[in-house]
Order: sequence, then structure tokens, then C-alpha cells
Amino acid sequence: MKKETKILTALSICLAFVFLISFGLGKYPINIKELLGILGSKILPIKQFWTNNQQIALFNIRMPRILLGILVGAALPTAGVCYQGIFRNPMVSPDLLGASSGAAFGAVLAILSGAGFLGISMSAFFFALFTVWIVCMVGKHAKGNSALGLVLSGIMVSSVFTSATSFLKLVADPDQELPAITYWLMGSLAGAKKSDVAFVILPILSGMIPLFLLRWKLNLLTIGEEEARTMGIDVVKIRGIVIACATLITAASISVSGMIGWVGLVIPHFARMLIGCDYRKLLPASVLMGATFMLIVDNIARLATTSEIPIGILTSFVGAPFFLYLIMREGE
Amino acid sequence: MELKVTHLDACYGKHKVLSDLSFSLPKGKLMCVLGPNGVGKSTLFQCILGLKKQQAGKIYIQGVEVETLNIRQRAKQIAFIPQSHHPVFSYKVKDIVLMSTESTLSGIKSPGKRQMEMALEAMERVGISHLAERKYTQISGGERQLVMIARALAQQAKVLIMDEPTSNLDYGNQVRIMKQIRKLVEDGYTILQSCHQPDQAFLYADEILALWKGRVLAQGSPKEVLTEELIQKIYGVDVEIKSFHEDQIRVCIPAYLHKS
Repeated sequence: MKKETKILTALSICLAFVFLISFGLGKYPINIKELLGILGSKILPIKQFWTNNQQIALFNIRMPRILLGILVGAALPTAGVCYQGIFRNPMVSPDLLGASSGAAFGAVLAILSGAGFLGISMSAFFFALFTVWIVCMVGKHAKGNSALGLVLSGIMVSSVFTSATSFLKLVADPDQELPAITYWLMGSLAGAKKSDVAFVILPILSGMIPLFLLRWKLNLLTIGEEEARTMGIDVVKIRGIVIACATLITAASISVSGMIGWVGLVIPHFARMLIGCDYRKLLPASVLMGATFMLIVDNIARLATTSEIPIGILTSFVGAPFFLYLIMREGE
Repeated sequence: MELKVTHLDACYGKHKVLSDLSFSLPKGKLMCVLGPNGVGKSTLFQCILGLKKQQAGKIYIQGVEVETLNIRQRAKQIAFIPQSHHPVFSYKVKDIVLMSTESTLSGIKSPGKRQMEMALEAMERVGISHLAERKYTQISGGERQLVMIARALAQQAKVLIMDEPTSNLDYGNQVRIMKQIRKLVEDGYTILQSCHQPDQAFLYADEILALWKGRVLAQGSPKEVLTEELIQKIYGVDVEIKSFHEDQIRVCIPAYLHKS
């Protein structure tokens, strides 16, 4: 077996292991036998030897949260690694084109207008897409280097939405709305419901599948626009598809999880160190590592203290020092 | 004619860079394009490669007008060899070479066994098979330039465009690269390259295209075209041309060195 295949197999086993472990962790302890029993009873006639509470905790609380963790953990690094490739910059994260500042604005607007969970998610999702759309429209008119034009308009449009969000916070009710806003902005998977999973699974999968199919072509885009064209790639078309798909999955994951920073930036780096730059292997490795990392961090978030720690705080706490370490290491 | 350009005009904004440029290059020949910085050598290459649209004129490869070809069909005809550069991500050499086989794929396919063989064969041809598993960012400048050549060969195109392939290289690497390029010409590749050294043009070129003020000043064999007057005109320096080994080799020397 080739070395890369071995690494991907090992990563898959890791994810499966963490996935099973995560079910067992929580207020109602569920051991592996009970877990397999509860899951198995859905398809096989197994006599119930577990409590009803265990079953409810598993299906209504843990299952959605774990699935959401896997989806968001897979989506953010996928978007990150694709953006890094097309902008030829390893320091780029999925919110480069303003997806997260747009989502934040949308969410805050929905909170202020008294929307429920689904309303907040939908508003965040559509504002994230809307922001990136504006950025692309503005960037298209930039003269000269089109990638640079996109990046610059991303920075500008983001800052407009960020200041709009700040203004909304200023006028928000400090007792009710402001804490809700602050908590949303920190990013968390707490309170994940089946409806959240249902809401994001379609956009995330419909973004990830084209990216997986195009992952070989991403290699050529990292070499530079003109050279890629002389090698037979329609750069503008492929880049457009990649941006659209990466934005779709970023918007979907932010809309249900809030701002979870660093995962989209650090995981691609780590994957690249482990398996190399070839997107044919890099993309699956990023997905597996991102999902595993998100599950582990989310387990810490829900178990470390009696009240939940928002996962966004933890990912920054782990992500930033790790990134510093990478920078030091690359200097060698 | 393998490559033919007729009445080409190209502009940057309102500034006209190339006007009424025509030349042709037969199969299996190496043409050096000479001219001062900013004369439009890169613009000419960009037009041929389809990276820039010309205002007027036509470009033909093997009699086919290139504007009628799509991006992939064009890549099958012409390959580009840039100056060796430093990419952002550290790919393996074989992956870099493999990338150009894109032109032989259809739809969204990834390269398979056949493409890998093309890449390995191209590396073999320029003598860099031993570098296949090394990182492109960790090899020397000369080796990187050979990788760029191998990448163009793996693209299966028979016309190669090179942008100053030996600039930034030390003398030994310059000689090695030019020897390799000459070998490709003997194998039937048609090569158009820009070049800054009249000496290099004397040593390796079959044809010279001298550009001046966006126009063709002269075209022909190095001995016909590269005269002291022409070099004085396009570069603005006085030179003396000396010949060696019964005029098999000519060199160009700045004249002021002699006067003192």
C-alpha cells in the first residue's frame, strides 16, 4: 500500500474511533455495548437492555451534535484548503471573502428582529452568500491581477459588514439581545438539533462533492493563472466554481455553528505537513482531520466544565499557538 | 510553417506595443527573439499562448488559426516554459511535471497510469528522473528550469515558447540548459525563445527575430542578422563582432573595452 493511502486509512480509523467515543461521553454514560445496542436496534430486532433516557440522550442530543461537529469540521478545512490553493497563499482562511462577517451581520439582524434558531441560521446563511457575491461583483471590476482584486474587495466589504454588526450591537437591548449576540459570535455547537443537521447537510454536501471532483485541477491553480491556462485549464471557470462551492459550505457551517475560527486555516496546514500538497490526497486528509479535530474539541467544550465553553474559544486557544509553532518551524 | 504570425497588432490600454508584426518559423528550428527590455517580447508570447488578445492579425500553428482552438486544444499545440520560479506550495517534482498532462485529459478526470508514464518519460528525456520524489522547492535553480522543460514536454505539444530560460542561472547551468534545448530542436521540437545575449543567439539559434519599437527590424540566420549596426541600433551600445574557429563561432564584445 502506498504511504498516502496508509495515512488516509489511519485518519479514517481515527475519525471512526473518536466518533464512537463521542457518543459515550456526557451526562448519561453510555458504554460501547449499550451504544452498539441502541444503534443496532434501529435495523436489527435487539431486546432493549438500556434505559429510555440513554436512548433519548443518544438520538436527540448527542447524535445531532456529533453529526453537526463532523459536518462543520469537514466543511471549514475543505473551504480553507481550496481558498488557499486558488489564492496561492497558505495564510488564507475560509472567511477571506467576507463569509463570516456577512453571516455575523445576518445573525445579529435576525436576533434583533426576534427570530428563532432557524431564522437566525437562515439569515446568517443568506447574508454570508450575499456578502461574498458583493465581493465577487466588486472584485470583477478590479483592473490587473484579478485574484488580488478579489482579496482587497473582500477586506473592504468585510469591514463594512463588521462595522454594521458593531452598530447593531450598540442599539441592541443589553439584557436580552446582547448576550445572545455575543454567545452566537463566539461559535458553539451546543443545542444542536436534528433540524440544524437537516438545514446544513444539503448545502455542505452539494458544495463538497464538486470540490472533490475538481480536486486534481486545484493543483494547477496553485501554480498561477497564466501558466495554468497554458497547460489547458479554463482558470476563470474552475476558480468560479471553486469559490462558489467553498463559499456555500462555509456559509452553511457558520450559519449553524457561529464563528469557529482557526479550523479552516490550521487543519489544511497540518494535513499538508502529513500528506503533501497534492489535492487528490490533501482534500480527503483535511476533511478527515477536520472532522476528528472538531469532535475532540467539542467533547472538551461540553465536558471540561459544568457549563459549556463555546467551541470557538477553544479552537482559537488551540489553533493560534499551534499556528505560531508552524511559523517557527517553517523558518528552519 | 510550424508557427506563423501575420500582421499582429497588440496594445496595453491605449499604448500600442506591437504593430504589424509578421514572421514565420519552420518545424524543428530554434528562434531567438532579441530586443531591448519592454520592446514587446512578452506581449508577443502572451498573444501566441492565448493569454492576451491581439487587436489585429492572425497566429497559425501548423496552419491552424489558434484563435479557433479552445484552451485545451491550444495546450496540446503550444507549451510554455517560464523562468524557473518559487511556487507557494512544495510539490514533488513528479507532481509538477504531471500537472501539464491536463491537456490530455477529458472532462473532470484526474491523471492515470498513462499520464504518469508521460511525466516519467519527459523527466527521463531531460535527465531528471532521479529528482522525481524530491520537493520542487528544495532543488537548485538549474534543476528547477529542467523541471519546467520536462513539464512542457509532458504536455505533448510540439511548439515550445520559452521566456528567457537561462536568466538567473549560473554559467554552468546556462550551458547545460541550452544544450538540452538544442537536443530538443534536433528531435523535431520547434522553439521560440526570448534571449538577452547576442552571444547565446550566435551559439544556439537557427533564426533570429530582432524587434525594435514594436516592429520586426530583421529576421534571418544569426550571421546575416546580428551585425554590429543592428546591435548598436536595438541596444544603443557599440560592439565589435569577432569570429573564431574559421567563423564557426562568433562573439560580441563591447567596443569600449578595446579603445583604451
